[in-house]
Amino acid sequence: MSATGIGAAVRRKEDFRFITGKGQYTDDVVRPGETRAVFVRSPHAHAKIKNIDAGEARKMPGVVAVLTGADLAGDKIGNLICGWMIHSKDGSPMKMAPHPALAADTVNHVGDAVAVVIAETLAAARDAAEKVKVDYEVLPAVVDPAKAKSGPQIHDVAPKNTIYEWSLGDAKAAEAAFAAAKHVTRLDIVNNRLVPNAVEPRAALAEYDAGTDQLTLWNTSQNPHVARLVIAAFVGMAPEHKLRVIAPDVGGGFGSKIFIYPEEVVCLWAARKIRRPVKWASERTEAFVTDAHGRDHVTHAELALDAQGKILALRAKTIANLGAYMSTFSSSVPTYLYATLLSGQYDIPQIYCEVDAVYTNTVPVDAYRGAGRPEATFVVERLVEVAAREMGIEPAELRRRNFIKSFPHQTPVIMAYDAGDYNASLKKAMELADVKGFNKRKREAARHGKIRGLGYSTYIEACGIAPSQAVGSLGCGVGLWESAEVRVNPTGSVEVLTGTHAHGQGHETTFAQLVSERLGIPFENVSIVHGDTDKVQFGMGTYGSRSGAVGMSAIVKALDKIEAKAKKVAAHMLEAAEGDIEFKDGKFTVAGTDKSAAFGDVALNAYIAHKFAGQELEPGLKETSFYDPTNFTFPAGCHICEVEIDAETGKTEIVNWTAVDDFGTVVNPMIVEGQVHGGIAQGVGQALLEGAVYNDDGQLVTGSLMDYTMPRAHDLPSFRVETTETKSPSNPLGIKGCGEAGAIAAPAAVINAITDAIGTENIAMPATANTVWSAMRRSPARQAAE
Amino acid sequence: MYNFTFHRPTTVRQAAGLLARNPEAKLLAGGHSLLPVMKQRLAQPSALIDLSLVEGLSGVELKGRSVVIGAMSRHADVAASPVLAEHLPALASVPGAVGDPQVRNRGTIGGSVANNDPNADYPAAVLGLGATIITNKRRIAADDFFTGMFSTALEEGEIIVRVAFPIAKKAAYEKFKHPASGFALVGVFVSKRGPEIRVAVTGAGANGVFRVKSFEEALKKRFAAKSLEGLSIPATGMNADIHASAEYRAHLVGVLARRAVAKATA
Ligand SMILES: Cc1cc2nc3c(=O)[nH]c(=O)nc-3n(C[C@H](O)[C@H](O)[C@H](O)COP(=O)(O)OP(=O)(O)OC[C@H]3O[C@@H](n4cnc5c(N)ncnc54)[C@H](O)[C@@H]3O)c2cc1C
Repeated sequence: MSATGIGAAVRRKEDFRFITGKGQYTDDVVRPGETRAVFVRSPHAHAKIKNIDAGEARKMPGVVAVLTGADLAGDKIGNLICGWMIHSKDGSPMKMAPHPALAADTVNHVGDAVAVVIAETLAAARDAAEKVKVDYEVLPAVVDPAKAKSGPQIHDVAPKNTIYEWSLGDAKAAEAAFAAAKHVTRLDIVNNRLVPNAVEPRAALAEYDAGTDQLTLWNTSQNPHVARLVIAAFVGMAPEHKLRVIAPDVGGGFGSKIFIYPEEVVCLWAARKIRRPVKWASERTEAFVTDAHGRDHVTHAELALDAQGKILALRAKTIANLGAYMSTFSSSVPTYLYATLLSGQYDIPQIYCEVDAVYTNTVPVDAYRGAGRPEATFVVERLVEVAAREMGIEPAELRRRNFIKSFPHQTPVIMAYDAGDYNASLKKAMELADVKGFNKRKREAARHGKIRGLGYSTYIEACGIAPSQAVGSLGCGVGLWESAEVRVNPTGSVEVLTGTHAHGQGHETTFAQLVSERLGIPFENVSIVHGDTDKVQFGMGTYGSRSGAVGMSAIVKALDKIEAKAKKVAAHMLEAAEGDIEFKDGKFTVAGTDKSAAFGDVALNAYIAHKFAGQELEPGLKETSFYDPTNFTFPAGCHICEVEIDAETGKTEIVNWTAVDDFGTVVNPMIVEGQVHGGIAQGVGQALLEGAVYNDDGQLVTGSLMDYTMPRAHDLPSFRVETTETKSPSNPLGIKGCGEAGAIAAPAAVINAITDAIGTENIAMPATANTVWSAMRRSPARQAAE
Repeated sequence: MYNFTFHRPTTVRQAAGLLARNPEAKLLAGGHSLLPVMKQRLAQPSALIDLSLVEGLSGVELKGRSVVIGAMSRHADVAASPVLAEHLPALASVPGAVGDPQVRNRGTIGGSVANNDPNADYPAAVLGLGATIITNKRRIAADDFFTGMFSTALEEGEIIVRVAFPIAKKAAYEKFKHPASGFALVGVFVSKRGPEIRVAVTGAGANGVFRVKSFEEALKKRFAAKSLEGLSIPATGMNADIHASAEYRAHLVGVLARRAVAKATA
């Protein structure tokens, strides 16, 4: 391993500009003649728009335009779409309701945009937005997914507010397995709704060049090419080649910036209309009611076991809240990203899952860090833990008895796990967490009025998203390969253009590590280019822990081609046969001789082309590749959480956290550890602190950071983070992915620890002090003791 | 925010004059309660009268058997005051528990007391020590000052200049933080000064800060945590929201009161 190669904890290149304030975020980009957009948003969860009077607003100082949904429809701007087709059990396609970028007839959630005010300054736009008079006829609303089917009708296309009623697995076989079971564990689970809250709120800046009829959009996107494709081909804003999308520095996404949102469509349309650049930057309060939320499942789950604790079958029935409209990938999250992971790390012969997706009068729900897999892990890991307790088997032992031990392993729910060693991570985690010493620590804590509990989460996820044929057969509207272009300059420095997008992950560092090692050139001589559709030919962006497994694999493939071409150039330079050229540590050598040429010399020769005839070999050194993975990757591991609960107040403190993850090849252990830390923090947030609450009128009660609790450093312990390694056989580097693991593993570990401590299983997330205190008062253990 | 005019008087008299001439004006201290609502356009004062250049409004001083704190004293400075560390450390712990460093470096005692947020920390100390609010017009006893959520005995144009806290031999503050905002979900300040015992609660009551007479009576027999064992207050009149039920808040009042007394007597 070189000092900057794969496996080295290289400091992040990008951090210098971020921590010195030199980052260029969308809101930092300023175009000549720029105007500011402020949206007029619905204060009601569900209402008919009877009239919009913008007369007074238009007369306000500095106002350039006030545009409404009627104007948008008049200009034939198309609706936003959901790009993954799901079919119901009866074969009918999902019920995708129209989602105009500005509502024209009805508003369906608080925050739904009805008009936009464009003015010379932000202040002028705000002042005028207050003067837009919207006459609403308020309609009854429904926010609870469990009540959606009997709630007021939201979209005509979806009777009973039902988008689809989908299933996976063999219902009859599962039924039979349950009938034969010795023990059945049953749980009702609510996977709480979350608000993503990336540090940089969303923003969009659109510019129209009337001379070339070209539109440019700067936006906070995790996947600018997909944004361009959807806005061009579906919204119909402009032909794809007339639209450039640039996602510059982006301050976090966690999924919420994958999607195509109304605001960017409106900015583009308005910029062309008024012939001036239009910028919109979300405020935090606005973000709460417009960024796609995450999770929001209501599930009944059952696990069937034989007398020895061998799992026979798992069944789950889930209602998934997709909110007021179907966001870009919303349909896939509670289906193919959820039910396909219900086998966990276990050999489960039968699994059957039903998912009903519903509309409600809430912000759309879509992928959020982990997307479906945290929900699946929570179901599986709660069931297993509770089953172990009910059967009087050690939770770790029950897991061991059911672990998948040989690979490849075909689960009953599509996935074919290709590599893993679940025992290894459990064992290592138990040692690091000193599980043996737990009882002693528990007794010690009890002396201070504290109740200790220990919880496991042996999670699995499917990452490296994804083989295009496979997702195509499941309804995905796009392929999920990745592209790369490696441009070697005449002086031997290298630019890599990637279709992935970094918004906190550190690609500028990790991708450069790969290139530096492979070409034997200094790490500093490599730069990574991403996020601009005019530079990078095409790409699918970053989510689903795919950038390493898929994005770097594409770079490997392009580097293979670079090496092959460079060998040809070197052969001419060194006057040897191409087959005799060896490439190692940045040097081309004629086998068995001391004749060699450095990488930089070969690069120069490729461009000056003095040593070979252009007819024989093309000058230049630049290669492109598209890499499509052969399978998903399956990161897995074991997290152990130890909590201490204040017996009087119910306040939970996490006192120990051990994570042992198998991410396959680790490119940069420091960055991977950081990803795990952040993921755990978000998972702990879900378990203990975060929860979006709507009241019955559809108002978001937790509409600001004063009421919505984001995890802070003081809510978390120091983590013990280690890895085990089985390489992924599905990509050349053996990478599995690490970005979502913490968020997937953590909630179940926390809740398993709390329920272990207090002896009652019925606890809702977030497990606030009040929630735990109330649960303790209901606890059967306590009632028995009293 | 909407437009407003900005005044920077240098004396209390000038500030009072400006207030009298601008009925829609607001005093500006640390701005950490006022500016957020202005940014959200929920408040629209015609003018802001900034107190930061007014002389003599900050500092912590020992005056006889009292500690006197200037209205513009920042939370961080009061928390770090050597005078308080020596004579009334329990009081220093109150601003020390406020929000985060940014808030503590801007927020002031005058602003906090005048604002009387039902979850603010200072009101518990003011009531729990029986302090006196000194304005440009008069002196107001703590028991008469807080008149309900976000409401005080301050009259139009009245400016808090100082708050005088009698030194108590035994005192302590226990706070259970609101998980999101960091304010007090419940906070209990207890003190014993000679025969006078006070138990003041913030965060819990639907009408803001209040005293718990039943606890005070129990503590009169013996100022010890044991005296409060088994005592509780009813949930009626407690705040209830998504973060805590009325029952839970009432329960916390008992727990925190016992802990505060234990701390005060440790
Ligand atoms: C994120 C955050 C967290 C916070 N957490 C806490 C917490 O944990 N505990 C807590 O107690 N507080 C908390 N606060 C509130 C903080 O302490 C405020 O600063 C304080 O309540 C108000 O003081 P200020 O100096 O900022 O007043 P300002 O915001 O300037 O003024 C508040 C009000 O008081 C009036 N006023 C100001 N000074 C005087 C005066 N001398 N005479 C008469 N009227 C006056 C103003 O006109 C205004 O109406 C928090 C605030 C924020 C933003």
